[in-house]
Amino acid sequence: MQELKKSVLVSLWFMFLTFPIMVVRVVEKSVVLRWENLAWIGIGSFVLSFVWRWALRRKEMGRAASREGANNPGLMAQLAGANPALVRAGSALLLVAFAVIPWLVTTYQTNILISFMLYVILGLGLNVIVGIAGLLFLGHAAFYAIGAYSYALLNQYFGLGFWVALPVGGIVASLAGVALAFPVLRLRGDYLAIVTLGFGEIVRLVLENWSSLTGGPSGVSNIPRPGLMNMELSVAGANIYIYYIVFVLAVITIVAVSRLKDSRIGRALQALREDEIACEAMGIDRVGVKLMAFGLGTAWAGFAGVVFAAKTTFINPASFTFFESAIILSIVVLGGMGSNLGVIMGSAFLVLLPEYMRAFSEYRMILFAAAMVLMMVFRPEGLIPATGRRYEVNDPELAASGEGR
Amino acid sequence: MGGVLDVTAVSMNFGGLRALNEVDMQVKSGEIVALIGPNGAGKTTFFNCITSIYAPTEGEVWFTPKQGARTRVNGMKPNLVTALGMARTFQNIRLFKNMSVLENVMIARHCRTRAGILGALFRPAAVRKEEREIVERSYELLKYIGLHRSYNEQACNLPYGAQRRLEIARALATDPTLLLLDEPAAGMNPQETESLKHLVQKIRDEMDIAILLIEHDMSMVMSLSERIYVMEYGCLIAQGTPAEVSMDPRVIKAYLGEEAHA
Ligand SMILES: Nc1ncnc2c1ncn2[C@@H]1O[C@H](COP(=O)(O)OP(=O)(O)OP(=O)(O)O)[C@@H](O)[C@H]1O
Ligand SMILES: [Mg+2]
Repeated sequence: MQELKKSVLVSLWFMFLTFPIMVVRVVEKSVVLRWENLAWIGIGSFVLSFVWRWALRRKEMGRAASREGANNPGLMAQLAGANPALVRAGSALLLVAFAVIPWLVTTYQTNILISFMLYVILGLGLNVIVGIAGLLFLGHAAFYAIGAYSYALLNQYFGLGFWVALPVGGIVASLAGVALAFPVLRLRGDYLAIVTLGFGEIVRLVLENWSSLTGGPSGVSNIPRPGLMNMELSVAGANIYIYYIVFVLAVITIVAVSRLKDSRIGRALQALREDEIACEAMGIDRVGVKLMAFGLGTAWAGFAGVVFAAKTTFINPASFTFFESAIILSIVVLGGMGSNLGVIMGSAFLVLLPEYMRAFSEYRMILFAAAMVLMMVFRPEGLIPATGRRYEVNDPELAASGEGR
Repeated sequence: MGGVLDVTAVSMNFGGLRALNEVDMQVKSGEIVALIGPNGAGKTTFFNCITSIYAPTEGEVWFTPKQGARTRVNGMKPNLVTALGMARTFQNIRLFKNMSVLENVMIARHCRTRAGILGALFRPAAVRKEEREIVERSYELLKYIGLHRSYNEQACNLPYGAQRRLEIARALATDPTLLLLDEPAAGMNPQETESLKHLVQKIRDEMDIAILLIEHDMSMVMSLSERIYVMEYGCLIAQGTPAEVSMDPRVIKAYLGEEAHA
């Protein structure tokens, strides 16, 4: 009842607010009052407000319930923990599906999927820094650029091929990441974000202004696509080839990053996120681990950059603006910090949806913003929150007492 | 000399504030030593100085691990001090809150294990074995401390007393020679304090670890420790056995006296 009254108030308030724009209309010196608009606004805002309240209340209830039920695993946790065989079968099915897709769809669709997987790689890399090590990092696009330009320039000046440039690009980006990490070792949180943002801009500006080396704003063109054993591939064929390269790279990234997360190094990174002082007091070299976080995270951006350059055959600094970093960060935050599955879902959400909803492209930014706000209110931990690793111990005593899992 | 810990004339200034003033201390192997003093006396600051979280303004801290040479630790990086064999707990609990109880202990095995990035990526047999040993050893310690039932729970969901015990388990996982406990009984009820007392004794007897603890609970300090140092306004004002210290007029005036009036 209380809720109804509040919703009525909200709708009245909205009718009043929008009266001048939506209802009153001046047509050649006479005023037309469009009362039907008023009714629509009233009903609309009433319904929206009611739904909003209902959703908020549900969220509150959910939170209370989960507090009572101690650790009541969420849906996703249940899905993931439910049946390892089922999960494995599902992933195998997905792998096969992704492997055959390029033969079934158009080049355009393949392209979209390529960029989706590139963002998965970028997102997973950033996830190591932001999600696992807890360092707010806003310059990821710079390392993407470093990877791309490594290939473009090495090819232009030294004629290096794609397969040589791929590891080189990753290594260069990784070294650049470590180099950036040195001056920011003492920074955390917002300060770190600002410095990394600045670094991103510096890289872009250097690329833009060092015309003699990088071609300035007009970039580098005629970057060769990767060749398949000296065969000349058609554009569509090359595209499919690149699709497979990205696909394999994405799978490698997923495996590598999850292995990393579950290792001694990964635990040290998480400890760094949780508490720096305790982390040091437990014998972890804070400096070394921070450098590692940056190096490991930015290497993936380098790999993705090389592939990107090979795919588009043309790069310029405009592809690596701050907006790009922001998108990658949104993928991580939206998907769920520290959760690999979350990052994949996040990039599906942020890359595939806009592509397939071209009809709404004018409202893209509005929808984007609305989705972000809704996420922050209802799922602040992301689409698929990171679940801590559960370890198995075999302790017959504990099993006998029937406790623990 | 020949103590596990030898501290000579350590001072610490924070700007104009002298938080520690020429403090000397020695802890021998297998000893339980208590450091007491009123609030703000500089006890936690002293811990931070000997574990190198702060660099003392003056003075020297020497540490002798079980197997190893006498080393000067002030000025070393804190993680290296831990690797040498000094482990601590924190007065304001500093667990890795969003990680599981077991993982909290596993992290502390970091300095006793080797696996690097390549090991993490390719997981050769040696790394898998090491990982298994980390889990087993950590679980063993949880069992020792009595928290094994909740090993998969998030650390922040543990009750307060259990969190303090988990901090002890985590410190033990670094295989220390000297264990520093900063008010381990704070916020515990009498039964918990009692079992903590037994735990501390058990750790000393069974693991052969020297223990230096800061504590406000007088009955615990008096019954547990072999020697007591008393600190006030950054200076040591007394030291000796519990009996000696509780008879010392300066201590009674500065500390026990206040306690009695309060
Ligand atoms: N980082 C710091 N910067 C400035 N002053 C500090 C700092 N740390 C401690 N102090 C000051 O040093 C003095 C000693 O503090 P400390 O925390 O060591 O006391 P304590 O004996 O542990 O007290 P308690 O029993 O309350 O834990 C206090 O006056 C405190 O304000
Ligand atoms: Mg203190």
